[in-house]
Amino acid sequence: MTEQSPVDLDRAEKLQGLGCRRKRVEDARFTQGKGNYVDDMKLKGMLFGDFVRSPYAHARVKSIDAEAAKALPGVVAVLTADDLRPLNLHWMPTLAGDKQMVLADGKVLYQGQEVAFVIAENRYIAADAVDLVEVEYEALPVVTDPFKALADDAPVLREDIADQKEGAHGPRRHPNHIFTWEQGDKAATEAVLAGAEVVAEEMIYYHRTHPCPLETCGCVASMDKVNGKLTLWGTFQAPHAVRTVASLISGIAEHNIRVVSPDIGGGFGNKVGVYPGYICAVVASIVTGVPVKWVEDRMDNLMTTAFARDYWMQGKIAATKDGRITGLWCHVTADHGGFDACADPTKFPAGFFNICTGSYDIPTAWLAVDGVYTNKAPGGVAYRCSFRVTEASYFIERMVDILAIKLGMDPVELRLKNFIRKDQFPYQSALGWEYDSGDYHTAMEKALAAVDYAGLRREQAERLDAFKRGETRKLIGIGVSFFTEIVGAGPVKNCDILGLGMFDSCEIRIHPTGSAIARLGTISQGQGHATTFAQILASEIGIPADAITVEEGDTDTAPYGLGTYGSRSTPVAGAATAMAGRKIRAKAQMIAAYLLEVHDDDIEWDIDRFVVKGAPERFKTMTEIAFAAYNQAIPGLEPGLEAVSYYDPPNMTYPFGAYVCVMEIDVDTGETEIRRFYALDDCGTRINPMIIEGQVHGGLTEALAIAMGQEIAYDENGNVMTATLMDFFMPTAVETPTWETDHTVTPSPHHPIGAKGVGESPNVGGVSAFSNAVNDAFRPFGLTHAQMPHDHWRIWRTAQQLGLHG
Amino acid sequence: MDKLHVKLQVNGKPVEALVEPRLLLIHFLREELGLTGPHIGCETSHCGACTVDIGGRSVKSCTVFTAQANGAEITTIEGIEGADGGLHALQEMFREHHGLQCGFCTPGMITRAWRLLEENPDPSEAEIRQGMAGNLCRCTGYQNIVKAIRAAADARQAQQEAAE
Amino acid sequence: MIPGNFAYHRPADVAAAARLLQEHGDEAQLLAGGHSLIPMMKLRMAQPSHLIDLQDIAGLKGISRDGARLVIGAMTTQHELIGDALVAAAVPLLREAALQIADPQVRYVGTIGGNVANGDPGNDMPGVMQCLDASFELTGPGGTREVAARAFYEAAFTTARAEDEILTRIIVPIPKPGSGYAYLKQKRKIGDYATAAAAVLLAVESGRCTSAAIAMTNLAATPVFTEAAGAALVGTTLDEAAVGAAVAAMLAAIDPATDNRGPVEFKKHVAGLMLRRAIAEAAGRAGRGTA
Ligand SMILES: Cc1cc2nc3c(=O)[nH]c(=O)nc-3n(C[C@H](O)[C@H](O)[C@H](O)COP(=O)(O)OP(=O)(O)OC[C@H]3O[C@@H](n4cnc5c(N)ncnc54)[C@H](O)[C@@H]3O)c2cc1C
Ligand code: FES
Ligand code: FES
Repeated sequence: MTEQSPVDLDRAEKLQGLGCRRKRVEDARFTQGKGNYVDDMKLKGMLFGDFVRSPYAHARVKSIDAEAAKALPGVVAVLTADDLRPLNLHWMPTLAGDKQMVLADGKVLYQGQEVAFVIAENRYIAADAVDLVEVEYEALPVVTDPFKALADDAPVLREDIADQKEGAHGPRRHPNHIFTWEQGDKAATEAVLAGAEVVAEEMIYYHRTHPCPLETCGCVASMDKVNGKLTLWGTFQAPHAVRTVASLISGIAEHNIRVVSPDIGGGFGNKVGVYPGYICAVVASIVTGVPVKWVEDRMDNLMTTAFARDYWMQGKIAATKDGRITGLWCHVTADHGGFDACADPTKFPAGFFNICTGSYDIPTAWLAVDGVYTNKAPGGVAYRCSFRVTEASYFIERMVDILAIKLGMDPVELRLKNFIRKDQFPYQSALGWEYDSGDYHTAMEKALAAVDYAGLRREQAERLDAFKRGETRKLIGIGVSFFTEIVGAGPVKNCDILGLGMFDSCEIRIHPTGSAIARLGTISQGQGHATTFAQILASEIGIPADAITVEEGDTDTAPYGLGTYGSRSTPVAGAATAMAGRKIRAKAQMIAAYLLEVHDDDIEWDIDRFVVKGAPERFKTMTEIAFAAYNQAIPGLEPGLEAVSYYDPPNMTYPFGAYVCVMEIDVDTGETEIRRFYALDDCGTRINPMIIEGQVHGGLTEALAIAMGQEIAYDENGNVMTATLMDFFMPTAVETPTWETDHTVTPSPHHPIGAKGVGESPNVGGVSAFSNAVNDAFRPFGLTHAQMPHDHWRIWRTAQQLGLHG
Repeated sequence: MDKLHVKLQVNGKPVEALVEPRLLLIHFLREELGLTGPHIGCETSHCGACTVDIGGRSVKSCTVFTAQANGAEITTIEGIEGADGGLHALQEMFREHHGLQCGFCTPGMITRAWRLLEENPDPSEAEIRQGMAGNLCRCTGYQNIVKAIRAAADARQAQQEAAE
Repeated sequence: MIPGNFAYHRPADVAAAARLLQEHGDEAQLLAGGHSLIPMMKLRMAQPSHLIDLQDIAGLKGISRDGARLVIGAMTTQHELIGDALVAAAVPLLREAALQIADPQVRYVGTIGGNVANGDPGNDMPGVMQCLDASFELTGPGGTREVAARAFYEAAFTTARAEDEILTRIIVPIPKPGSGYAYLKQKRKIGDYATAAAAVLLAVESGRCTSAAIAMTNLAATPVFTEAAGAALVGTTLDEAAVGAAVAAMLAAIDPATDNRGPVEFKKHVAGLMLRRAIAEAAGRAGRGTA
């Protein structure tokens, strides 16, 4: 681009386009309490549904007696599996190719499982009725450990498929086994390991946790019997997919279903799945003929909808003595709970876990993942991460630190030595990905300089000496993590969910007076799409962002799209937006040329107008062009100015970043304090730095929670031990430190504007930084690996086992 | 169970209703009065999304019966506004400093911060963090919320000085 | 999380409240700030048919000094306690503890009476009251009696209060000027109950400890006060041996249970630590005119 005059800069600034810290258009309504979330809805005659849930983790349901409940005034109906059976809705397909009970069909497989659905005039009566439903259970032996679930004498959980030797993802070798997913070259990797100078090995557990957005899941279903239309409002991260699934399983034609996602109070993966509550609300509305609302409470949420992680990752990493990594071996035992309801692209039953070679040039690698049923809730969603990337990143970032210990090297030195070099991009990884772009050395070095890494290590050593002299009981841990994410699922050739290709879409209409509306197939849950997508468009079509309405979430008006999760909105829908904008501009160019009476090729785009080359005083602004599109008959052109783009990304995008965590650890109480956290993110082109920083703050806070205590824990009877926010760790403003953010910019070469997506990076990179810091603090005492979460007592136990309590 | 006749002031307006004694205040506000600004996040008095002001105190309305609020003066996010009837400095500053993302915690946050600033017009960062510790946010990591509250304190002081 | 139904009463004085209690027996429950009771009701772990709201009873409010005793109305909130100048000057330990309870919203409504009457081992005030050797005034059909905090707690959620009694006032002996005090609480986050917490009150004259009282929170079914722990400090210079003996005496008395905060061993370890740190803190404050 040519140098811009001050006037031009002024013009560009007015657009509030790419790169500026545009304030969010969403905020005015939220700050005044005028948001519109699903539980805010109140429709005429609306009923309320609530579940009878199993107190047992594994039991046979002998009988259900709902008479007393039905007799309670205000109760309209009580549904059980027997009522859904004639509709064939007592089971539903999961996103992972399995099926799941909508209501207990003869048995229950986890605590909190849905047994009956009570429909009443309001939530108070519904709750009373739930108490009155009498269910007789016969307790069965419980398995919450995936390794025990695969034992020969383990109780069979899924009797419905006990004899099926073939699952959705290949052969099953045990009644509780779901799939084996294998990538890479096993023989070659084992040969590398056998001949390696150094091999480090560890079992790394990424515990079960939960996305726990502040708003729980819920919906309002309204079946209009007169015109046969079903409208479903709900907390859906993928409204179009919900519509298609709803149509496929209910038999209602897809054009007769309208799915609307109103404002969503955070998703983080929790709101991708399809839950029994949605099905029951729909059935209830069909049965009663009035709208039915179902909103889960927090305990329901934590106990039943969408856990994340729960991966047991056995790793071996091979290297030369001087620290050149030569091979990586990984076997994952994945605990999927009672049904396989993971939200992964169909061909990826373990998501993109095969990104587990991370940011390193590892020539040989092998990975196998075994999915296992246990008596825990189903789910397996990407909690603020792209499908299983957080697990993969945690795995490799721990393995590299563990290898550094074995080699006696500094973990940063080992990383620098093995990073994929800038000139190796596009880089083909041993486990099958083509990394689009990166400059890891620059990012790492910038981070090291920013935190004075050498100085930190000196301070740490001094503290250690003081500790050994008995002058302090606090150690310093320095956690470094360098992650590569894989986001923007994804190319339709290998990414689909339930057969739906993972493209996304944008439709733009320019109004005659030069303002516009853009509709997308995604849905914001706090990411500020209404703000940022308008910025992308402003830069593409020269209409001020303030004059562009962005609309999402209504399947009757929005073009088809696969929704918002896995950091895919910017990479996929953002690209669709840019491409649709370019289509607009192409037509605008023809209109402008006609108006200026020159050839198309004789004009060029300049911020917000087409200008005759060499004659800058002759131009047509986008506003003028828009008007002309509607009021002039232009030969060879249809009237109007609209465009639609369905964007099928040629590749994923690969954001990366360097995080450094400095942690103080009290070895006696196990308490920790984050003294400093520096996060450098490279998400390619930065659309709105303010929003990026906000995403990073939020993601790091979630990562802090996960690493330091947030878990869904079960006792041996399958009881959920962490079902309220008392025990499910969510830090307050007091426990949360101030985050430092920084960036480098390595645009994605294949994305129209070079953006890669950032929403999930801080969770992916953050968890390993915190965990590495804890482990690093104890490294001098011989610790190689302590499992997360690093809550007080577990840190204390580590110190205890290392003999630090005298 | 006999219904109870309650009379209270909500956002400056008198309200009368017949309620079940067990009706939680949050449900009364949201479902009977249509004030859906305060939200339900946890129901166990941990998250603060349901925070409203009752007689000069920030209270989690999921843990209060409407009956207890009989006779009280209640302010919800819908009743918070600036001196000129426009946006309150907190509302402006939450936007200015990107103190919200999904917006679900925001009404509770602002309602709580409003009382905090009434009690302590010039809070330090630590005081803000302590004062806001009854409100959870899943999206922002609090950093910009703290910034927004501090900026609102400055804005209010500036307004007052200008008025003097 | 929807509570069951109940009849709501809001008596204007203690006598009326007492009558209601008598009338409805174990069907009735007193409601103070509601921030322990209502969550229990929402989980339907408590299902009273009658709730007797004490908020209108003016006589249950207020903090005053009566000679060497501080008298606190049961309906005084934690927030009021924290902001009260008399409390800050006379019994700063109370303020220190109140600040560590829950979060700002909960402290605006949670009352000191509810906190001590509740009987939940997680509550902080019971241990503090035992440390201070406070007593609770109970008013029932038979009149009024005082029960020492140290004799009040019988088991989890079981106290010496009879079903038809109301806890009306809390009487706290004002510690000698110059007493050292500390309430140290380890918790996972703001809003959490203690993993372990220690309340210490001691006096030091010419370098020697002349009196000491110690109680701990959330380490047994009741708060734990043991005479022996304090006695181990009296007469000493608060040297390592004495502190060790006090800790040992306390560790012998506690009986923590495994929960999400950690296993028994950890609880014991933290109990010892909190106590050591609290003694050190109190010793540091003793004689400095802070009490
Ligand atoms: C998120 C959260 C965190 C918390 N954290 C802490 C904490 O860290 N430490 C802590 O100590 N507490 C904590 N609490 C509890 C809180 O302090 C409660 O407010 C307190 O325990 C009870 O006081 P209340 O006034 O709310 O009593 P209520 O809940 O009204 O009553 C509690 C019990 O005491 C009885 N009762 C109340 N008043 C009287 C009376 N005058 N006479 C006889 N019986 C009476 C009631 O019948 C009931 O059984 C927390 C609560 C919440 C919601
Ligand atoms: S909903 Fe009231 S505190 Fe969470
Ligand atoms: S902005 Fe989403 S919870 Fe705070």
